Amino acid sequence: MTGLTAGVQHEITPELRGFREVQSLAAACAEAVAGQLRSGVTEREAARMQRTWLRERGVRDWFHLPFAWFGDRTAFAGVRVPLRFFPTDRKLEPGMPFILDLAPVYKGFTAHVGYAGCLGLNPLHDRLLADLEAHRELILREVRERRSLREIYEDVERLMTAQGYANRHRAHLFGVLAHKVNRVAEPRWSPQVFGFGAQAIKGLMSDAVHGHRDGWSPLWSPYRFSDHPPQPGLWAVGPHLGFRGTGAKFEEILVVTDSGDPKQSAFWLDDDLPHVRRWAEEKVAA
Amino acid sequence: MNLSQARERRVLTGGVDLCVAELGDAGRPTVVLVHGYPDSKEVWSDVAVRLAKHWHVVLYDVRGHGRSTAPKPLRGGFTLEKLTDDFLAVIDTVSPDRPVHVVGHDWGSVQAWEFVTVGRTEGRIASFTSMSGPSLDHFGHWIKRRMARPTPRRVGQLLGQGAKSWYVYMLHTPVLPELAWRGPLGKRWPRILERMEKVPAGDYPTASLPDDAAHGAWLYRDNVRARLSRPRADAYAHAPVQLITPTGDSFLSERLYDGLEDWVPTLLRRSLPAKHWVPRTRPDQLAAWIDEFVTAIESAGREGAPAQLTGAQGPYAQRFGGQLVLVTGAASGIGRATAFAFAEAGARIVAVDRDAEGAARTAEMARLIGAPAAWGEAVDVSDEAAMEKLAARVAAEYGIVDVLVNNAGIGLSGSFLETTSEEWKKVLDVNLWGVIHGCRIFGKQMADRGQGGHIVNMASAAAFQPSRVLPAYSTSKAAVLMLSECLRAELAEKSIGVSAICPGIVNTNITATTRFAGTDAAEEERLRKRTSRLYGRRNYPPARVADAILRAVVRNQAVVPVTPEARGARLLSRLSPGALRSVARLKPPL
Repeated sequence: MTGLTAGVQHEITPELRGFREVQSLAAACAEAVAGQLRSGVTEREAARMQRTWLRERGVRDWFHLPFAWFGDRTAFAGVRVPLRFFPTDRKLEPGMPFILDLAPVYKGFTAHVGYAGCLGLNPLHDRLLADLEAHRELILREVRERRSLREIYEDVERLMTAQGYANRHRAHLFGVLAHKVNRVAEPRWSPQVFGFGAQAIKGLMSDAVHGHRDGWSPLWSPYRFSDHPPQPGLWAVGPHLGFRGTGAKFEEILVVTDSGDPKQSAFWLDDDLPHVRRWAEEKVAA
Repeated sequence: MNLSQARERRVLTGGVDLCVAELGDAGRPTVVLVHGYPDSKEVWSDVAVRLAKHWHVVLYDVRGHGRSTAPKPLRGGFTLEKLTDDFLAVIDTVSPDRPVHVVGHDWGSVQAWEFVTVGRTEGRIASFTSMSGPSLDHFGHWIKRRMARPTPRRVGQLLGQGAKSWYVYMLHTPVLPELAWRGPLGKRWPRILERMEKVPAGDYPTASLPDDAAHGAWLYRDNVRARLSRPRADAYAHAPVQLITPTGDSFLSERLYDGLEDWVPTLLRRSLPAKHWVPRTRPDQLAAWIDEFVTAIESAGREGAPAQLTGAQGPYAQRFGGQLVLVTGAASGIGRATAFAFAEAGARIVAVDRDAEGAARTAEMARLIGAPAAWGEAVDVSDEAAMEKLAARVAAEYGIVDVLVNNAGIGLSGSFLETTSEEWKKVLDVNLWGVIHGCRIFGKQMADRGQGGHIVNMASAAAFQPSRVLPAYSTSKAAVLMLSECLRAELAEKSIGVSAICPGIVNTNITATTRFAGTDAAEEERLRKRTSRLYGRRNYPPARVADAILRAVVRNQAVVPVTPEARGARLLSRLSPGALRSVARLKPPL
């Protein structure tokens, strides 16, 4: 895997470097905050810790404000309305899984990172995290094969079902597996609307308008409007597994280009991310 | 092995001579079994021989019962204080330097509550398993609380238990109970037990029954009134307690144990769908639970840690903890979700499917969420010989199945005239014959064991909703429904419940493998995708069907439609079948 992206290193433009920088920053934030989580910390506090950490490092705007989900909220158990994204007063307990989900905007670039962890030992959660690796591989392979996004979505869901899990990104807004990521304008004032940064949403909306004209959508969903091959650009992809009261996800940027070479046509922006490192370490340990 | 092979000794205490029997290796931790009224230690014989494989099992006839002598005079000779003296004398003889595990049934449990809550036995009892016998002190407080603040519900609970306690009042009348027991009642008692409680015949009740029952009346007269009117305020248990509640007990209401946590710091609750005489009717389950509990306490004791009683939590853990559940079609969909739901309740799982890899995966995940053990087995349910083999292997390696879920099924769509006879055969082989094989082979094992159980058959809303596009599938499922109802009638006398589940439209991969009769490969693929997406959009999760299945087993429901559309169709099929027939003529938009 590392070899693949190493092969395209020289292709990485300053623009991609900007996105990679903010993605690393977000991942570092997630790791730092995850390391500070203790029994009794609430979701609100965890979200605030992420916000503070990133603000201290120059983040002024957000695609969305950082989220934190603890316990069975990591699996969005019994969710109907998407309002439950927002952090609550749920306290972390030993053995509880958690997910940090953050999407900062930095120097006009944005990233969307999902980080799944657990306070202490939880073999089930380990299993879920390990099983996510197959999804990262599947998504990249099928995007390179230029399969329709709707089909890839269905294949991801099928793999989750085969693994015994429920597809929980269905509970995300619009049931999306991924969404387009763009450069974000940096006006002096960028308000948040329901926790989402107005500038980033504006970008997504404008994509939606353009895409609608050309027959594609910036949201990667199970519906007919995603029945088209992957659109070149940057996609924040976040498969989310749920198993009864436990959930796990990762989220990171996939780069899709219009190159004819399959290896260049799609690649993960960065392989130096916590979940990827974890899988590598597990392999070494095994 | 039975009680006749037990080592016997006599223990002299307070003027009575107690008959004590021992089984198993005396070097192992001791489990003392205390019998109730009007029984003798033989009530435990089936449980004792099972426990003796791992433990040093000790039984004794309570004073005045069996081959122990009675106190003179009888009045005042059966107080809980004296019974505690007896118990201490017995355990000092059989296990002088190691605390014992006590198991009590009925009055044996009432006594043992005294043992486990008084100071002088502290350090001598390692654990207590109680069934069908509350602490008189706790009971006294229970009544007082309800009298002090009589809400309608509390009054209902009081009256309910009051009615169930009719025999207690009877036993307080002088002489008459003795006359009855020594006369006609004593003669008819074995027959009554057989008919009312389905207690199998055997070495119980013993010939001493009329005397035991006559003497035992003093258990009530010496203790009940005194304790209920002036319950001790310090009746806290000093050892971990496992409470086993038979849900069909005619003498004790389940409500009696509300608030027991206040008295018992370490409490594990179990419930069992059975009547009062569980030591006779459910020896396997009792032995398994006692074994598990004693093992947990012993291993915690060795490590010096407080006892971790059970991993499984949740509403169904009491009922299914440690039971053996076999699910067919367990590699995906409803079968898999059902296996997980039982696993979460702490049951042991046998996951059966044609897809070996999927079944193994189900077993692996089941272990991760609380199943103490789980196995994947690759078997095609339509293959009778393979099912026979599976049943033999399961019985030999894991035990007799407590809950069987016949879930495996395949879909077949298309009009009747386009359905070939091979297609008919295939769908009936899996959907109907698979269920028949399961019920016949595993059901027979269950019935032969004679200790109850439950069979769940997966029918479908299509069983009562005719349709022009699902003739073969609906026929197979309607047959399963009828089969289940017939079997339910037959197995009721064996205390085996049968439920038919009719889910409706559930988001599983049955649509991805459904055969569409009269179509070519490309068209079939298109239809599969389309129905899968429709089912996906409906998005009724299999886990909710699994919940309905567990609930159906707990409540022993006959037919359970699950989704709203299934419930609607079931209602219509009774109120206005004509309307359903009109719906059946519609061509679905595929």
